Amino acid sequence: MTAVTPRGAKPKKVFSPRNIMLYGALVVFSLYYLLPLYVMIVTSLKDMAEIRVGNIFSAPVEITFQPWVKAWSEACTGINCDGLSRGFWNSIRILIPSLILSVSVAALTGYVLACWRFKGSEIFFGILLLGAFIPYQVLLYPLVIILREMGLFGSLWGLVLVHTVFAMPINVLLFRNYFVALPEELFKAARVDGAGFWGIFFRIVIPMSLPIFVVSGIIQVTGIWNDFLFGVVYTRPENYPMTVQLNNIVNSVQGVKEYNVNMAATLLTGLVPLAVYFFSGRLFVRGIAAGAVKG
Amino acid sequence: MSSARRARDGARPPIRLLRNLSSKLAAIPMVLVGLGVFVGGTIWTIVHSFTDSRLLPRLNWVGFDQYERLWNTRRWLVSIENLAIYGIVSLVLTMCLGFLLAALLDRKIRFEDTFRTIFLYPFALSFIVTGLAWQWILNPEFGIQSIIRGLGFTNFNFDPLYNPDLVIFGLLIAGLWQGTGLIMVIMLAGLRGIDEDIWKATRVDGIPVWKTYIVVIIPMMKPVFVTALVLVTSGIVKLYDLVVAMTSGGPGIASEVPAKYVYDTLFTRQNLGQGFAASTMMLVTVAIILIPWAYMQYREKRQ
Repeated sequence: MTAVTPRGAKPKKVFSPRNIMLYGALVVFSLYYLLPLYVMIVTSLKDMAEIRVGNIFSAPVEITFQPWVKAWSEACTGINCDGLSRGFWNSIRILIPSLILSVSVAALTGYVLACWRFKGSEIFFGILLLGAFIPYQVLLYPLVIILREMGLFGSLWGLVLVHTVFAMPINVLLFRNYFVALPEELFKAARVDGAGFWGIFFRIVIPMSLPIFVVSGIIQVTGIWNDFLFGVVYTRPENYPMTVQLNNIVNSVQGVKEYNVNMAATLLTGLVPLAVYFFSGRLFVRGIAAGAVKG
Repeated sequence: MSSARRARDGARPPIRLLRNLSSKLAAIPMVLVGLGVFVGGTIWTIVHSFTDSRLLPRLNWVGFDQYERLWNTRRWLVSIENLAIYGIVSLVLTMCLGFLLAALLDRKIRFEDTFRTIFLYPFALSFIVTGLAWQWILNPEFGIQSIIRGLGFTNFNFDPLYNPDLVIFGLLIAGLWQGTGLIMVIMLAGLRGIDEDIWKATRVDGIPVWKTYIVVIIPMMKPVFVTALVLVTSGIVKLYDLVVAMTSGGPGIASEVPAKYVYDTLFTRQNLGQGFAASTMMLVTVAIILIPWAYMQYREKRQ
């Protein structure tokens, strides 16, 4: 116990009143947080007959994966009945270019702001940061006009640009703060060796900054995947991302509600960010803490 | 880094604008986004909120007409009221719950990582997923209400999503579930930043733990609380997806929110001027919250 110093009174007995209260509280809170996940999973594994007679907390008597199959490949939105898979692939096609473009633009801008300041660069940075606080609703229509002028309105690339724009403030800040902290001697040495702007960026800065690229990547993957508003505004129905399609499937008024299919679809949509979360662990925490404290 | 800059300046190309040229080229996206989208877009929206634009934006001035109409629209007033209730309750509860969870995790417990993972995972999920999950749990026919009725309490009523007076609290249950983890992480970082000696000193003085938190720790964490406050409020103003997923604004217009009013007015009712006026009001709200905070930050930096 040298690395982490204990706080508060030292726990003496395992079953002291203090411990019972402490862990009791933690377990009760955990139940609140785990409840929806549990309910979604058990609902998605029951058939409709069982849902109608049972209660939502009971475990499935007979496990069926049919709702998952149906959610993925047969569920209907309007006239399309090819399931969530369409939205999934749209989201992938939106995610990959948005991720690459937003992270590279942010990294390059952060590099300029940290290492190659010019007159006025700090002012532009200030303006960019202010942008993080403007409600999206203020900028929705101006961006419609900009994209229409560029001929990108309704296309996947238009949405990619929108994600890149709104990702800039927070990600630029992350990269800038990380680059500023890199040792200065490296830059001096590189300059002496004749490396220029791009040489230093690609051969020194990027190889040294893997953690911050991962953090920024995590923020972007979850942010882009979970987006609903931009997807609905800037794409046409055939390009709708998964979240939009999910909402259309579940909240559609036609037909009989199939709650098990709905929950399977909901879980499917949450799967990508959940996987990112569980595999990245501490880096995710670091990413949101870093982003949150500054942004 | 200033050294790199100085070294660069040493070369002194003849024309000032060309000095540091690669850097300026690389800054083009920042300038375009900052000036073109953020500043330009905001001004454009504000300017057009004073016009009678309907299907297409046009510069036909009508003064404050759109704002007058806005504040006479029942749906907008309901939206504002909902946002205020949701905002205040969610602010207070998020802060309290976030701090409580962080304090519990900070009590040197076992399985800290497991508990933290459980409290934070909803934050990775979208509001659509959050909303749909809770919509199902709160479903009166199958969810909590039917289960408690099944236990014998046949008169038990709990259908917040179908009750205009309670619907905002239905949204709150889901919103808190999704958002408290983030505040917990920030508070936990704040608690970890507090000097161990302070805890030792209060223990020597025999001050109970809960009192130490209230009298000593919380006042020390003021900057963390302010950050959390700004974060939660800017999130509240954006409240949109959750409403769309859980209630679509219903029953009736009981759970409408400003962000949804703007979207519907701009894109489904094609009443642009009205939508711009509403979004400008949202901007004003954020500014009212943000300017004192920015001022505080600025003053702290100067000291």
